[in-house]
Amino acid sequence: MIIEYLGLSKIDGSLVMLDGVKGASYDEMVELKLKDGSSRTGRIVQIEGERVVIQVFEGTKGLSLVNTRTRMTGHPIRFGLSPEIIGRVFDGLGRPADGLGEIYPLLKRDINGSPINPVARVYPKNYIRTGISSIDCLTTLIRGQKLPIFSGSGMKHNELAVQIVRQASISDSENFAIVFAAMGVKNDVADYFRRSFEKANVMNQVVMFLNHANDPIVERIMTPRFALTAAEYLAFDLDYNVLVILTDMTSYAEALREFSSSKGEIPGRKGFPGYLYSDFASIYERAGIIEGAKGSVTQIPILTMPNDDITHPIPDLTGYITEGQIVLDRTLDTIGVYPPVSVLPSLSRLMKDGIGAGYTREDHSMLANQLFSAYARVQDAKSLAGVIGEDELPDSDKRLLEFGKAFEARFINQGASENRTIEQTLDLGWELLSMLPREELDRVDDETIRKYYKGQQTPSAITA
Amino acid sequence: MMKNSLIYGVNGPVVTVLGKTDFAMNEMVFVGEKRLLGEVIKIEDDRTVIQVYEETSGLKPGEPVYATGAPMSIMLGPGLLSNIFDGVANPLNAIRDQRGSFIPAGVRADSLDGTITRSVHMLISEGETVEGGKIFAECRETASIMHRSMVPPDVSGKVIRVVPDGEYTVHATLAVVRDSAGKDHELSLCQVWPIRTPRPMKKRLALSRPLVTGQRVIDTLFPIAKGGAAAIPGGFGTGKTMTQHQLAKWCDADIIIYIGCGERGNEMTDALTEFRELTDPRSGRPLMDRTVLIANTSNMPVAAREASIYTGITMAEYYRDMGYHVAMMADSTSRWAEAMREISGRLEEMPADEGFPAYLPSRLSEFYERAGYTENLNGTEGSVTVIGAVSPQGSDFSEPVTQNTKRFTRCFWALDKSLAYARHYPAINWTDSYSEYLGDLADWYKENVGEDFMACRGEISELLATESSLMEIVKLIGSDVLPDDQKLIIETARVIRVGFLQQNAFHADDTFVSPEKQLKMMQVILYLYHKCREILMRQVPISAILSKGLFDKLVQMKYDIPNDQLSKFDDYYRMIDEALAEPMIREAAK
Repeated sequence: MIIEYLGLSKIDGSLVMLDGVKGASYDEMVELKLKDGSSRTGRIVQIEGERVVIQVFEGTKGLSLVNTRTRMTGHPIRFGLSPEIIGRVFDGLGRPADGLGEIYPLLKRDINGSPINPVARVYPKNYIRTGISSIDCLTTLIRGQKLPIFSGSGMKHNELAVQIVRQASISDSENFAIVFAAMGVKNDVADYFRRSFEKANVMNQVVMFLNHANDPIVERIMTPRFALTAAEYLAFDLDYNVLVILTDMTSYAEALREFSSSKGEIPGRKGFPGYLYSDFASIYERAGIIEGAKGSVTQIPILTMPNDDITHPIPDLTGYITEGQIVLDRTLDTIGVYPPVSVLPSLSRLMKDGIGAGYTREDHSMLANQLFSAYARVQDAKSLAGVIGEDELPDSDKRLLEFGKAFEARFINQGASENRTIEQTLDLGWELLSMLPREELDRVDDETIRKYYKGQQTPSAITA
Repeated sequence: MMKNSLIYGVNGPVVTVLGKTDFAMNEMVFVGEKRLLGEVIKIEDDRTVIQVYEETSGLKPGEPVYATGAPMSIMLGPGLLSNIFDGVANPLNAIRDQRGSFIPAGVRADSLDGTITRSVHMLISEGETVEGGKIFAECRETASIMHRSMVPPDVSGKVIRVVPDGEYTVHATLAVVRDSAGKDHELSLCQVWPIRTPRPMKKRLALSRPLVTGQRVIDTLFPIAKGGAAAIPGGFGTGKTMTQHQLAKWCDADIIIYIGCGERGNEMTDALTEFRELTDPRSGRPLMDRTVLIANTSNMPVAAREASIYTGITMAEYYRDMGYHVAMMADSTSRWAEAMREISGRLEEMPADEGFPAYLPSRLSEFYERAGYTENLNGTEGSVTVIGAVSPQGSDFSEPVTQNTKRFTRCFWALDKSLAYARHYPAINWTDSYSEYLGDLADWYKENVGEDFMACRGEISELLATESSLMEIVKLIGSDVLPDDQKLIIETARVIRVGFLQQNAFHADDTFVSPEKQLKMMQVILYLYHKCREILMRQVPISAILSKGLFDKLVQMKYDIPNDQLSKFDDYYRMIDEALAEPMIREAAK
């Protein structure tokens, strides 16, 4: 028996309150019918006896206290799934938005998912070759990882994401699918992604979920959950290796803050709700590989750091959950280095087990460590040069500066369609390290030096 | 039969029941038709508030709430070791076998497998009088650990029945004790204990032995005592989890309780597989044999995350009572504090700093005070060492969780972003970190490692301190202008930083280094330093010394000297003496 409730008790922002409701369950999906016959979807976010609080996804504009009819559906929000979803475009609430008609679902899943049992996880170890030196060598992407891009407004994160998708799809062609969720992005940015996917010929492998900047914010909170439900279905039911791009997590978090404050919740840091961490985790943790399934979910969330501030709660809490981060740097971007990856704060936590002999090459880990440590010293030399001038620097620091320049111009910098093999990347790394004397390379052992180092092997001073 | 109440309101993990109820504070309850696990956290005259440890999606008002009459408790007994649990002690393997790869709400399994029988040796006889804490039976829990079953702390009396040695399950009655009131208590291998109540002990003992971790920067510079508490604060990517894993692998505790509190799922999988593969250098058995993992990952229910810390420390105290040294790692206590904040927010309590509840400091202090070196009820000695990671928001150590943790721990290992960026691990900053246990442990180091350990340590830390003030100058004007003796300090400090403090967790020898080897490394470094200083006094330029490459040799010694060939250190003294011999150095000076 379906009961419809006529009228509402209160409307406040995106929330409506309804009294006298019996048998409503927490988190249940509801349908609201307006006077003009159009309908909206909502979700129960709080119950106090017979009073329920409903969050309305499409916004409360046009709702009135008298003429609205509310119907409980008896289940949480679900997404209808079938293999047909591949190649389709949906809106932020999982409704087809490409004019190609409805999906006939084989099954429906609760979009909130369930946590993966840690004992059922398989520890990710296979690397994905992106063809980008700074990522492949220094922050290696592993299949099943969640590796966000920390960017800032106006930097080339979208180009980088597209390049990763395009080049990873070549190296990872077997059963490869892309789930793309846009949250609060501008229409032309969404369009850029669509065109780029078409140009790269991967459109028939993409599932898109688009919540534009002018779409309701409450929908935005649901968008990544629809996308990840689709991703989990493709990965764990249909054996696809799925790459999920979530952009822009900053808009998502701001939508959450707006919603939280309209609910009258006590704010934490910078007005974001205290549960921002748990909420982020419920999105980011939906990545990985599980025992017995052939597929995997790899996530590349993109976020723009407000004011380029990495300590802002959004990048900060993201970094605590994700397995590393790729940080973009405004200075590199300004001097025209693409991709402007800021090497030192970037990190891939899973790379330690996914590189080396059998995966990439045996020297990879030592080379990466040495590049990090040498480039960290370049920064010291740079700041010293800023004080006393480059000419006054000791020779060792001058050499470092030269190395730093070459490293930025040749290693980090590469073409937007340049797809380097892992050997090319590693060899390039050694070529650059060879600009430095052997004694300054303290992270590599002698054997590796003999094999790859091309610089002057000044005989050790013991014999001098 | 207790009367059940009905759900009135639902708000996230918080459920309210209307009217006067006979629930007790902190009583464990089952909520709704799915019987979700919950705990009573607030009782007012007209309503009772329950926090639910599972996803509340689908709960309806009017569904029943079942009372249990007991506070939130867990089952303790053989079978905890080498197992992995969620925050409220459900074994995750059993849950996977029941329900597959994902964890749905309302799923539950017994913490201890009741079907396994163990060979039990009884240690009491009929007619004997026993007190709480008395070890009455033994069985082998894992190949390396003997499980000592104890009379529950609140039971004492005369043994009126005992079974013979044999094979028993955890729930089988092994003995019956009649107390002074004439009431009979059945004893089995397991017992139930409320997680928020510290297990009793006879008395606290002074902390005088270190927890040897094999990590040079910790054992040498900032040691922690067995029974002490330490905090590891650090922003993301600074290596908190790596450091915790290293400690869990190599510290010389008998039992490890590792809590993944609101952290990443893949990390727990990593710990689980790695601890199974690695062998404990002391017992030769897999590390997992001495380890309990508690995994409440960040996307698992938030209330269970709050409970996971208590579940872990209760298990730790249980093994302490058997006379074991237990080390508990909590990664991360900030997530625990945030779970408190989240629940507190739902209860609309008045927030203090940054939205955290005002009772945050008292909860933290209660928790850290459960660490200690104790004489137990049964006369054995044991300890619980607590090492809590802290994840300060925005890497800002002035935030409430870091600041309050600092007040209740005496050891502070500050992780540093710039060290981590340069891939200097462990990224423990030597100027910001401290250990108040140093004085307590000085005697132990003197007796067990070397008479001059503390003197060497003092000189090393002084050199580092001098270097950091010299670096202030170098940053402004470069190192060329420094006098030679200061250049020598900078060069020596480099060896200490790169060759000693930096430690490679992935290198077979370097991942764990005994205090003896740590001392020998310090001695060689200081020998070189003193020798060079002497030579400088004779007006020999430092470039002559540096051209010998001795410093770079010492940087590499951590890799070049295997842990079982400490006699190789003699070669280094010989090498230094030869290279710096008078004629050689005069030659180089030309």
